[in-house]
Amino acid sequence: MSAVVDTHGHGHEGHDHGHGHHGPYGGIMRWITTTNHKDIGTLYLWFSFIMFSVGGVMALVIRTELFTPGLQIVNPDFFNQMTTMHGLIMVFGAIMPVFVGFANWQIPMMIGAPDMAFARLNNWSFWLLPFAATLLILSFFMPGGAPGVGWTMYSPLTVQMGIGMDFTIFAVHLLGMSSILGSINIITTILNMRAPGMTLMRMPLFVWTWLITAYLLVAAMPVLAGAVTMTLTDRHFGTSFFNAAGGGDPVLYQHIFWFFGHPEVYIIALPGFGVISQVIPAFSRKPLFGYASMVYATSAIAILSFIVWAHHMYTVGMPVTGQLFFMYATILIAVPTGVKVFNWVTTMWKGSLTFETPMLFACGFLFMFTLGGFTGLVLALVPIDIQLHDTYYVVAHFHYVMVAGALFAAFAGVYFWIPKWTGRMYNETLGKIHFWATLIFFNMIFFVQHFLGMAGMPRRIPDYPLMFETWNRISTIGAFGMGLAQILFFYIVLDTIRNGKPAPQLPWEGADSLEWTHLPTPVPYHTFETQPVIR
Amino acid sequence: MRGTKVIQALAGLAGLAICASAHAIEWYFREPGSKLAADVDWLHQLVMWLIIVIFAVVFGAMFYACYAHRKSKGHKAEQFHENTAVELVWTIIPAIILVAIAWPATKVVIAQKDTSAPDLTIKVTGYQWKWGYDYVKGEGEGISFLSTLATPRAQIEGREPKGEHYLLEVDNNLVVPLGKKIRVITTAADVVHSWWVPSFGAKQDAIPGFLRDLWFRPEKTGVFRSQCVELCGKEHGFMPIVVEVMSADDYTKWVAQFKEKAAKSAAADTRALSTEDLMQRGAKIYQDTCVACHGAKGEGSPAIKAPALAGSKTATGPKEAHIDTVLQGRANTAMQSFKALGNADLAAVITYERNSWGNKGGEVQPAEVAAHRK
Repeated sequence: MSAVVDTHGHGHEGHDHGHGHHGPYGGIMRWITTTNHKDIGTLYLWFSFIMFSVGGVMALVIRTELFTPGLQIVNPDFFNQMTTMHGLIMVFGAIMPVFVGFANWQIPMMIGAPDMAFARLNNWSFWLLPFAATLLILSFFMPGGAPGVGWTMYSPLTVQMGIGMDFTIFAVHLLGMSSILGSINIITTILNMRAPGMTLMRMPLFVWTWLITAYLLVAAMPVLAGAVTMTLTDRHFGTSFFNAAGGGDPVLYQHIFWFFGHPEVYIIALPGFGVISQVIPAFSRKPLFGYASMVYATSAIAILSFIVWAHHMYTVGMPVTGQLFFMYATILIAVPTGVKVFNWVTTMWKGSLTFETPMLFACGFLFMFTLGGFTGLVLALVPIDIQLHDTYYVVAHFHYVMVAGALFAAFAGVYFWIPKWTGRMYNETLGKIHFWATLIFFNMIFFVQHFLGMAGMPRRIPDYPLMFETWNRISTIGAFGMGLAQILFFYIVLDTIRNGKPAPQLPWEGADSLEWTHLPTPVPYHTFETQPVIR
Repeated sequence: MRGTKVIQALAGLAGLAICASAHAIEWYFREPGSKLAADVDWLHQLVMWLIIVIFAVVFGAMFYACYAHRKSKGHKAEQFHENTAVELVWTIIPAIILVAIAWPATKVVIAQKDTSAPDLTIKVTGYQWKWGYDYVKGEGEGISFLSTLATPRAQIEGREPKGEHYLLEVDNNLVVPLGKKIRVITTAADVVHSWWVPSFGAKQDAIPGFLRDLWFRPEKTGVFRSQCVELCGKEHGFMPIVVEVMSADDYTKWVAQFKEKAAKSAAADTRALSTEDLMQRGAKIYQDTCVACHGAKGEGSPAIKAPALAGSKTATGPKEAHIDTVLQGRANTAMQSFKALGNADLAAVITYERNSWGNKGGEVQPAEVAAHRK
């Protein structure tokens, strides 16, 4: 796209005084009442960092207990609560909101819109989250504690849980509402508020991936709400959706859950793909290779994600035709995913590469996420999955996708855009240390878990046979290293906000989307009061 | 320079893996004990080699670009961004590779699902937290027992050194004959469990209220160990699966012995016992079966809604209600039916519960339990 600087976008601050009182409230009320997409984006980002820390501490409890065989620091019941809450908090509290934060900050700026379409709805979609998180955390203080059922909440184990289970169910309802409202807002903004000349096929890929993700959310989240509501009525109102004695079927829950659960994987991954598709071209100083095929591949992945859910359930005893259908559909996803990886590598090919922290995280993403994709291919094959299902191999696999995929992409995005958001540069040396520490410790935690799974260690066990000790020790040491590296990240962000050197107008030579070319750094509180025209 | 660092890190990891295997630490599938497991192993190796080749090509290209096409070396960016031919090639070639993987995988799936014409059929029932085995059809028909963790709590809690088969040992092994096609029907009494023997490539969820099946044909004698692999509550990590494969002759002997023993204990099962015998036997059964939920001092465990037995209405009130609870279980709770235990065992454990921790509920004789069975 062309880089025509639109002066209206800049002139804003100069004539602001003419509007009289037009700024935000001061203090805490600014954040509670805000309808500004940047403020709400910031809220989402900080919220997800807090949840990331809480979920991370839970991961450390799990890893500490697993350092050596025997029960040392927690009892099995609390251990189950930890695995459950770690999963729920990381998926719904950390990874999903961080990308909604990116969407809030970036989508209006990238498509030339003044704000999100529904500003008050935007405020509400965020403010549902702290209440949902409070419900989740409160469940620990209920009689019986938090549910110890795994984040998948399989029935009928859920029926045995105490009142903490109901807190969790209502928390999931709130989180789902928040996601659906946020998605409606994103879809409406993208479809209606693009600047003149910003056709769909000229949108930055980040915006495309979010458009597709938002549709996935709108389609998938109500299904989860349905599943947990049926659990709720089974628990309290005498229904038997998942109880064979009353004519129900426990496997029905799994079908419904994974009909949500597999699209959820792409809900988490696709916005990350979008971030990577912005970062790699910028640091390769070369346009993204195969823009159109990226859009088509993303759409293909999204559509396929709705017909592969039962690959999480190969061991429930489906008929052979069912297993074969889901196996074929699942390995088919490797084709569009492969296209994306090839496109990213080809974008780097014959570019003019530099390796600042965002690019390091993007390369780390590319390498590690592909590794997670390959183990996904291994798990897609029914006979191998039957050996590996519910073992640590699966734990390793999805952490390669969720952490080395989504989390690395989120880090790439933060380092990439923080100069734009704050007007200050982060400390490059510290950023690089953060990257290398995260990469090395991440692999220390999870690479060895492939071995554990293949050797037969089941997941979600608080204690294990002696032969698994070595890998578990390495994994636990890695976990503490990974935790320390994230404290460094927190310091880097604070240091940038407080003491960072002022960022130049265009800190990244190759960045060319609207927020870099049409807006000053840092961006003013209100942007694009007059729409830019894209030529 | 960055690229080489990545390579160094990976080399470090590879080194770690190699030195680990030198110390004979488990890091790959267990040695196959059936053709099915060998097929899975073979399929996995095929896929892994394909993956390694593709990985090397794709990331070889990436690392070469990281090395050669960097700005610091003065490389100028070219501006190409489309090539339909290339994009078609890298859509079609992976599709062909996938078909090449799917074909052998399909054959194994079909073989895995063929549970027809078994020599021996065994029903496996998952309980919180133990396995029940019933020999339904074939040699040994009628044999039925429970299989519970044999590792003492003291080892788990670190008060004793851990044994060789820590967490992988049970009181009663599942015994099967060598070279016969074994069909296992799984079900569960409470929540979803999953029965797995890696050496046989056999895993199947055990779903309450439903029957599912799997098969294997053991090709080696010996003991094969594994664990429940579906989260089933508090003691999920403590319900191992141990399968013992015997030669056909040994198996026949085992069946005869088992039946003889069963007949003896059945005769003894309704005989009246002294209070001391009941209490002694009850204490042991309580330790094996009840303590996980109801606690060593009968204090219960609120986390899973397991009530305290010390001073409870059931354990101090009319004994009929107590016997019924133990025989039938309680709906929608972790309290399952324990009718698989013998009359004498149940009478003993009920007597123990009624006369421990300050309870004074009187004794229950095996005949009373027998009278309550439906």
